[in-house]
Amino acid sequence: MVKLFVVAVLCFISLTTMGQKRTELQSSIARGKAVFENTCLACHQADASGVPNLAPPLIKTSFVLGDKTKLINIILNGLKDVEIDGERYDNPMPAFDYLTDNEVADVLTYVRNNFNNKAGGVKADEVAIVRKSKKKE
Amino acid sequence: MKKLSYVLFGITAAAFSAFTYQPKEEGIKLPSGFSAQVFASEVGEARHLTVTPQGNVYVKLAKLNNGSGIVLLQDADKNGKSEKRSSFGTYTGTGMALSGNYLYASSDEEVFRYALDANGMVADPAHPERIVTGLINRRQHASKSITLDNKGNIYVNIGAYANACQEKDRTKGSPGRMPCPILDSAGGIWQFNAAKLNQTYGDGKRYATGLRNVVGLDWNKQNDQLFVMQHGRDQLFQLYPELFDAKQSAELPAETMYAIKPGDNCGWPYAYYDQLQKKKILAPEYGGDGKKSGGENAIDPAVAFPGHMAPNGLLFYTGHLFPERYRNGAFIAFHGSWNRAPEPQKGYFVAFVPFKDGKPSGEWEIFADNFAGTQNIQSPGQAQHRPCGLAEGPDGALYVSDDVKGTIYKITYRGK
Repeated sequence: MVKLFVVAVLCFISLTTMGQKRTELQSSIARGKAVFENTCLACHQADASGVPNLAPPLIKTSFVLGDKTKLINIILNGLKDVEIDGERYDNPMPAFDYLTDNEVADVLTYVRNNFNNKAGGVKADEVAIVRKSKKKE
Repeated sequence: MKKLSYVLFGITAAAFSAFTYQPKEEGIKLPSGFSAQVFASEVGEARHLTVTPQGNVYVKLAKLNNGSGIVLLQDADKNGKSEKRSSFGTYTGTGMALSGNYLYASSDEEVFRYALDANGMVADPAHPERIVTGLINRRQHASKSITLDNKGNIYVNIGAYANACQEKDRTKGSPGRMPCPILDSAGGIWQFNAAKLNQTYGDGKRYATGLRNVVGLDWNKQNDQLFVMQHGRDQLFQLYPELFDAKQSAELPAETMYAIKPGDNCGWPYAYYDQLQKKKILAPEYGGDGKKSGGENAIDPAVAFPGHMAPNGLLFYTGHLFPERYRNGAFIAFHGSWNRAPEPQKGYFVAFVPFKDGKPSGEWEIFADNFAGTQNIQSPGQAQHRPCGLAEGPDGALYVSDDVKGTIYKITYRGK
């Protein structure tokens, strides 16, 4: 009986933490949507399909689904003359280093969980570490 | 401001409704009496094109197709559809033009020419003459469009490798560089000798400056003058949200047609043309606020169109097939916008401006529409076709290239 009770309590605790995690992810995605609309949409477009030959799509590309550090660096430093999945894009992307760690984390979390993308979220601490190492350079 | 734009919208809408549009083959909508045929499809990323007196259609490609950058399309049985196709040229690019017995083509750094035989065929496709070399290519606005006069000169667009000559390109808060160093080697039209080999900057002349990027350009034979279509600057709202809202930024600045005299300055990057206030405005990167006038040394446009529609082709129509009002008028291929988001996109059509004695004589109108295959385009990726190049055939037909699916349209007139 006691055993059963302990199991039930443990189950309850783990479900609550999972729930909290989901809420955290959902609220990061919601905040990220606002950052995307203000900062990214003009070039990458509302459906993230980009502009052929000028601005890359953000739909299932190896960059969007890939390494988080590389992605954080693109937002903080901009991007120029880089081939993405065999295509070249002629318009340079400026640095968006005026965005806060939270905003960078939220917008990347949003993009990686939208537009048919499914990849892990990005946390503000991860952005802070990349930003710090950028300053040392 | 708002009132003015409503009035303008009303006038434009009234001008459009004067025509009865009927869907034609491939969904292209044209004024009544005109029809469009698919002359060729899937030729590659088709940019500019030209047609020889024999009816041979040469198309420049922005990407190699089966290893070639130029496609020749022939229609021996004259049924309006090309049945024979061949290709040559190992470089990509945009420019394609015809002058005398020579075919001219450009990469993003060089201009070449090929001698044509009596049948309008390239005599030696593997060995073109290199006319111009060493032109700057920094990817942004890299295409080198070309046209020729009848005095042995070729005009080459060298686009500015920036949006607004900021210290940091396209970066919020970054000021404009003074003077803009890009203008020394780009941001204008350069004139070269059409027959001399291996020319570079020192051999040419900067014929016009202050042009951010020109893709469509043509020589007007009626008044012997160069006309160009400029792609106006991007991102007024994204860079200056305190001065412009998203709706203003979608309309501004104008896409502009200029009648060029040697040495003309068209104002970029210091000023842009506002088609609603009908004046040149000081660019915000150089202290402007969206209202202050600017560009005192710059010329005014001959025609101003709504913003961001990307005029990629310009052709003065000299044929006799179309009704008289089209003769000597200008056709403009609008590739279609991206920088109107979050507002709906615009363009993706061929426009017409009537001309008299080498000057615009009426309002612009949409001539051929529905290349995108859908209304309310939110992003350019949704467009099935995007008009890019224009050419006139010996029979007076108008050819339009599409660089999405590589469709070449042939537009003819059969009367009412």
